[in-house]
Amino acid sequence: MGLVVAENIIKEYHAGEVTVMALKGASFNIEPGSFVSFVGPSGSGKTTLLNLIGCLDKPSAGRLLVAGMDVTSFGKKDSAVFRGKNIGFIFQDFNLIPVLTVFENVEYPLLMVQNALPADRKKRVMNLLEAVGMTEQKDKYPDQISGGQKQRVAVARALVTNPKLVLADEPTANLDHKTAYMVIELMKRMRNDFQTTFIFSTHDQKIVGEAEILYMLEDGELVSKQTKGGENHA
Amino acid sequence: MRDLFKIAIRNLRRYKRRTLLTASLIAIGVIFVLVFVSVSGSFKSMIVSQITGSMLGDMEIHRKGYVASIENLPLTLMLNAQQLAKTEGVIKAIPEIEAYSPRIKFGGLFSNFTETTNIRLIGVFPEMEMKTLPLLGSRIIQGEKAINKGEIIVPELLARGMKVNVGDMVVVIATNRDGSVNGKQLKVGGILESATGPGGRDGYLHIEDTVEILRMEEREISEIAIKLYDFGKLNKVANRLDADLSKYVNKQDKPIFEVHTWETLSPFYNIARMIDMMTLFIKIMLIAIVLISIMNVMIMAVYERIREIGTIAAIGTLPGKILSMFVIEGFSLGVLGAVAGNIIGAVIVYLLDLAKITFDFGRQTGLVLSPTLQVSDIIVVSVIVIIVAVLGSLQPALKASKMEPIVALRHV
Repeated sequence: MGLVVAENIIKEYHAGEVTVMALKGASFNIEPGSFVSFVGPSGSGKTTLLNLIGCLDKPSAGRLLVAGMDVTSFGKKDSAVFRGKNIGFIFQDFNLIPVLTVFENVEYPLLMVQNALPADRKKRVMNLLEAVGMTEQKDKYPDQISGGQKQRVAVARALVTNPKLVLADEPTANLDHKTAYMVIELMKRMRNDFQTTFIFSTHDQKIVGEAEILYMLEDGELVSKQTKGGENHA
Repeated sequence: MRDLFKIAIRNLRRYKRRTLLTASLIAIGVIFVLVFVSVSGSFKSMIVSQITGSMLGDMEIHRKGYVASIENLPLTLMLNAQQLAKTEGVIKAIPEIEAYSPRIKFGGLFSNFTETTNIRLIGVFPEMEMKTLPLLGSRIIQGEKAINKGEIIVPELLARGMKVNVGDMVVVIATNRDGSVNGKQLKVGGILESATGPGGRDGYLHIEDTVEILRMEEREISEIAIKLYDFGKLNKVANRLDADLSKYVNKQDKPIFEVHTWETLSPFYNIARMIDMMTLFIKIMLIAIVLISIMNVMIMAVYERIREIGTIAAIGTLPGKILSMFVIEGFSLGVLGAVAGNIIGAVIVYLLDLAKITFDFGRQTGLVLSPTLQVSDIIVVSVIVIIVAVLGSLQPALKASKMEPIVALRHV
């Protein structure tokens, strides 16, 4: 069974009397340890799909299983607990907490979500900071480091709880091309080191090629799936 | 919890100017309350101690119905020797009572041999009166600070009007309860400073002279003034006295005695109540200041940090913890304002005390204001500020905790 199983997912938004279908029956199966990208133009439904997988939103119809759990039935608190245990997030704007240092930002999920013990927290944070090459900047605040470094910290924060799945919505959108590549490489390396499934969305064609499995989205529909060096499915 | 405080304090430091302004506003409110409470409290306690320490005593015992006719100083509503003995027995059994003084109050005529005028007089046992009213001596502004037999202590205004001085001879004439008139020549032993309130313009003389003037065959008294060791136990002792004396009843099965604290005898009690009311209103104003300023700043904080709230919620922070974060921030701001206000307020009160500001009250002039802060005042004000700060941050904190992460993350 896949880590993420979506069966005919539909997502509708209501704006007054107008109903917008953001997803029109998406079905897919993502295996554990995959490095997957959802690609498509703006408005194609990438972010909506990631929000649904990340239990930040609920589908209007269809069935969605994440880590074996039917997340469509979760309440607000259940979703928060599930996310804290199973999902890491990487945001387009990095979303580091400005009043916390690099170390504290990475430590945050362990401290506030998982209530890990201090010694364990320190060990895991330092391991992650070393893995993303941010040990020397551990005492700096987010406004004292570059965009690429911020995203590396965000990657470390997403991985520090040993999640089954990391979701990254346009993680390279605010980075220059070279830094964007470095971040994607880092994510890949982390996938290899920690065996965590990475799902990211992008519309950057140069980054697209880095994904091992590529889902193409257009107007809320999954139009194709490409496997690196392998077959294409329409 | 420590980490929640760390985050709260860093967020307060993040918006230094706003934090400083809000904390200053709270601090100003706290300063205002503390200074008002200390100054008004000092004024109140000074006047109350003047009233109780130099005129009324902390409480008085009368025969039932006497206080209702007190303006007439009725000689028909006196306590006889037997009733006095009973009362003294009850008084001596109460350990909280430090001293008591039986008195005879009467009205008469005062003559300097040229002019005659009305006078209200109190006949006392000097030693007992001085123990019960320890500040009475300080009101004797001329002459020996004592009430000697054959002498009269004349109220200042009367002495001035009648042009009598210490050592002059005067005559006091009074009608006794049977209607017969008697007079006695007395030497002016001292001049008594006038004071505001009942008894503030009465003269004093020895009780034996009073008995002679009123031709009392059996000693009777108008009232017994009482001083307590601890003024704070006023109501407790009054209740006990009342209960103990209520067992003595007349033929109609009605109590013989009545107990009145200074509050029911002096009109200043109404002023004291007004001061208490003003203190309450000022505390309500403080609550409003803290509530509005904290709510305002926390609403701003939530609005400015919507994306941050979205991020921490997405990561898995539970709503309760998000609520705690903002409540602790409001709490910390309240503590900051309260601490600053308490320190500055205490310094201002200390400086006011050093300044020895004087004021006049009624006929009393040059009263020195000596404001002091009670620890209980500081605790009460601090607790009010902190509780209101927490309440003020609750609504914005609830809003933050209920935010949908997906909506918050979309916020620009």
